[in-house]
Amino acid sequence: MRRSFAVGLALLATCAAVAVVALGTGDYPISPAGVLRTLVGRGNPATEYIVIDLRLPRVLTALAVGAAFGASGAIFQSLTRNPLGSPDVIGFTAGASVGALIMIILVGGGLLEIASGAVLGGALAAAAVYLLAYRRGSQGYRLVIIGVAVQALLTAVITYLLARANIFDSQRAALWIMGSLNARGWAHAAVAGGALAVLLPVVLALHRRTLVLELGDETARSLGVSVERVRLTLIATAVALAAVGTACAGPIAFVALAAPQLARRLTRATGPNPLPSAAMGAGLLLASDLLAQRALAPTQLPVGVVTAALGGAYLIWLLGWRRTA
Amino acid sequence: MTATAAGTSAASAASVRSRPVLAWGLAAAGAALVAAALLSIAVGSKSIPVGTVLDALLHYDARIDDHVVIRDLRLPRTLLGLVVGAALGLAGALIQALTRNPLADPGILGINEGAGLGVLVAIGIVGLTSPWAYVWFAFAGAAASAALVYAIGARGREGASPVRLVLAGIAFTYVLHAIGRAILLTDSTTFDRWRNWVVGSLASADPGVIVSVLPFAAVGAAVALGLTPSLNALALGEEAGQALGVHRGRTRALGAVAVTLLCGSATAAAGPIAFVGLMVPYAARMITGPDYRWLVPYSLVLAPILLLVADVVGRVVTRPSEVGVGVVTAVVGAPLLIALVRRRGRLPRL
Repeated sequence: MRRSFAVGLALLATCAAVAVVALGTGDYPISPAGVLRTLVGRGNPATEYIVIDLRLPRVLTALAVGAAFGASGAIFQSLTRNPLGSPDVIGFTAGASVGALIMIILVGGGLLEIASGAVLGGALAAAAVYLLAYRRGSQGYRLVIIGVAVQALLTAVITYLLARANIFDSQRAALWIMGSLNARGWAHAAVAGGALAVLLPVVLALHRRTLVLELGDETARSLGVSVERVRLTLIATAVALAAVGTACAGPIAFVALAAPQLARRLTRATGPNPLPSAAMGAGLLLASDLLAQRALAPTQLPVGVVTAALGGAYLIWLLGWRRTA
Repeated sequence: MTATAAGTSAASAASVRSRPVLAWGLAAAGAALVAAALLSIAVGSKSIPVGTVLDALLHYDARIDDHVVIRDLRLPRTLLGLVVGAALGLAGALIQALTRNPLADPGILGINEGAGLGVLVAIGIVGLTSPWAYVWFAFAGAAASAALVYAIGARGREGASPVRLVLAGIAFTYVLHAIGRAILLTDSTTFDRWRNWVVGSLASADPGVIVSVLPFAAVGAAVALGLTPSLNALALGEEAGQALGVHRGRTRALGAVAVTLLCGSATAAAGPIAFVGLMVPYAARMITGPDYRWLVPYSLVLAPILLLVADVVGRVVTRPSEVGVGVVTAVVGAPLLIALVRRRGRLPRL
């Protein structure tokens, strides 16, 4: 427990350091000292505009979305009792994309409509994958393959929707699908941060019962935990976290898969670890976004490309170099 | 030996079919292929009666608009579908035999994506434009990704189990896809030229491309057909195969060469298309049973039917725009993958 706490603090400190670097990086570089001075309100108007108005919302959105994905992945992995059972693997993210696209193309809504479409689509897809893969335990790898198959189906739906749409909607949707933090403003940061402020306390309040749930339904029930209610609340929270992340930044791959596992490697704790995972997710996404902006500068890659490459490599490593995945 | 016993009991129903029945079936499939090809020529944004199609093929007249449409647009596209379909079907049958894995498919295992990345590197970074030149990059990409996926999947205690191999392919595909995206996004001209191609489409059928990949696909097909007797011995397992005098190493090496040629040429011409190599050998096995001497020719004929019909569906479903053929094959193929993975107990070994 003490180690988890220390790891969490160290991760937060790393996030802050990366954030300062990210705030100073761009077409107009600012030194870390300059960034800090601006943040406490003692910069000149130029740096104030660049740091506070242009770069800070993007950095905050990255942190909040990464934290949401990390926490969501930790809950999903604990609920499915499967280290590969993260929202992107079990089809949530692809379903959320379809839901959001339907809203963008067929309904034509704003941020709120897109978000609710993403929640609904993601939840339906995740439920479908989980039910298809469920068969008396031992579902680890099967879950991944069925998730990929469902993703292939949903990608076909996406292509179909894009082909039907007019050019303006189609471009907007195509950009959204890649998963990007470009041009994120204070509205996005506020939505993501606000959702996190509501949902993380719920996760924390349920922490002890989640721990008991991992011992198995029978044991949990005999210890006086209302299994179904806790599970339902956890599912709803995890789905909401992933949906908020998707709504604000698009379907960003692999943060939800990798963050809980990497956090566990550091804390060496068993059981669910939503908070260290959230901190790890925030750091991962922010660092990936920095990489996406600078790796092939001046071209700005969508952050989803970077996380997909890193996450795929991580999955290969898990498969090939670890005895158990 | 239990696996072999299960295999023979599953195959017993199919092995009842005698040689004449199978031969007639193959002829019927050939007739269906001709029908699919005519359909592919006739259907499009402008439907042309089959009578006119036959007329245009037999007595071409440049003054009739429909004849020009058929000769310049529909015919190359249909030929491309034939070549790509046959190559993918053969590659699927071959790779399932070599890995003894019913889930194997050149698309799912990342081989087509590797070939696609090879082409992207050739065009976007090296700056090649002639299909004669970049088809070699497709072969290099296909061979490298096949070797890597197999190496990753075969690590660990239980070796290259069917599911592990697929998982390795999936992970590898993610990485390749992301690298490809990065190349495309940094280079807008490449992006523009290959936007349609990346999703797997026959729409940009170019006679030059067909001519330049055809010899490679033909060599790959010849090697694949020549290997079929040894594939049967390979399916019996290592000891039995050796006892029957089959060089496992040589069969595998030749098979890998054939898969590389087939996947590389198909992908260079039409982009990465998944699931054809999964579905077609599966369907063929239901007809022929496990005998590769029949399974491989059946795959060769059935795969282009699937691809041509899928392409026609893609043309019709969102008229006036089009959906790439790879999207349609995914809609049909993904449920089969789910069903195969959901099968009770262990996966059937080939």
